[in-house]
Amino acid sequence: MVTHLERAHAAAASVTDPELPPLTIADLGILRDVRLNRGVVEVAIAPTYSGCPAMTEISGAIETAVRAEGFATVRVRTVLTPAWSTDFLTAEAHRKLLDLGIAPPEPGRGPEALFARKSIACPRCRSTDTEQIAAFGSTACKSLHRCLSCREPFEAFKCH
Amino acid sequence: MATTSIALTETPDIRAILALADDALILGHRTGEWTGHAPTLEEELALANIALDLIGQARALYQAAGARTGHSEDELAYLRDPPAFRNALINELPNGDFAFTIARLFFVSVAADQCWRGGFDDPAINDIARMASKETAYHIRHAAEWLIRLGDGTEESHRRARDAVDALWPYTGEIANPRAPWLAAIAPVLARATLRNPTDGWMQSGGRDGRHTEHLGHLLAEMQILPRTFPGATW
Repeated sequence: MVTHLERAHAAAASVTDPELPPLTIADLGILRDVRLNRGVVEVAIAPTYSGCPAMTEISGAIETAVRAEGFATVRVRTVLTPAWSTDFLTAEAHRKLLDLGIAPPEPGRGPEALFARKSIACPRCRSTDTEQIAAFGSTACKSLHRCLSCREPFEAFKCH
Repeated sequence: MATTSIALTETPDIRAILALADDALILGHRTGEWTGHAPTLEEELALANIALDLIGQARALYQAAGARTGHSEDELAYLRDPPAFRNALINELPNGDFAFTIARLFFVSVAADQCWRGGFDDPAINDIARMASKETAYHIRHAAEWLIRLGDGTEESHRRARDAVDALWPYTGEIANPRAPWLAAIAPVLARATLRNPTDGWMQSGGRDGRHTEHLGHLLAEMQILPRTFPGATW
């Protein structure tokens, strides 16, 4: 039997990231907690970056999804602790990112010396003969690269 | 102006949070002014991303200040006059050329990094600092690499970078406290950029006490006109 809490959790967990639609907020480790408190669903989410403009949209989508399950009152709050990092990405998130042509973050990649760039494997041809074009991509969480083997540009999820 | 400014009772704690928040908001606004004007598309994205990080940090800090003052983040950002702003003067200076923007971003980011990592008594501010320091690390790296390219680049880029460093130097006294660790952190980058390290002399100050340059009023006029003209406007 599915409990009310499980239904609320499943609804919140099904919300996708507006910038990366195949990935859910559960995949991304943005969803931190779902509680049912006297009929009120309380959802906690963690921002990936301070300025992530998707947070407002994600909060709204959570409210819509949980309400659609029949819960009248939904409260979404932002939590900063523990700070989100790419370590929160699930294995499923890594797989989906690769499918999207986005190189997943490589765990444990620490700060590098100025101008040093660790070569990131091309998500299309897997070649490691790649170069970074820009540290800031189409969103704060991605950088821009190009593969020198297959010549395709690609994005990488920044290790954070 | 249809909306009157809020009157704040500032305790030292609130004032300290507002200094952090105002630094981030004002530099975020200045950095955002590059949108549509950056030298390359990649730089356009980078500066817009950095501006977003800074404005996001400001929002979190205003929310923390708001929890103590009863004012919303929007009221704190939009309904204070220049003398109530606590940002360091360096952040409100007009963008100048690209070298000036980059040198300022570098100087301010190194100071911010040391501030975030210094730790805070207030756990709510510590949480924000931990998040912000990861973003600041990217800002430092971006600005440092550009400063080195510009300083160690062409005759013109070197001259512009040198002029920027010289012009900004008197404004760094207000952000680099204590001074020695900040000087130690920027020295290797300046050296690699073949830029001389100016000698510390008389320093500009006053931002923390609300004594600002003429530039802040113009910046705030642009930033605040909409919420002041249409109170409570949403879209």
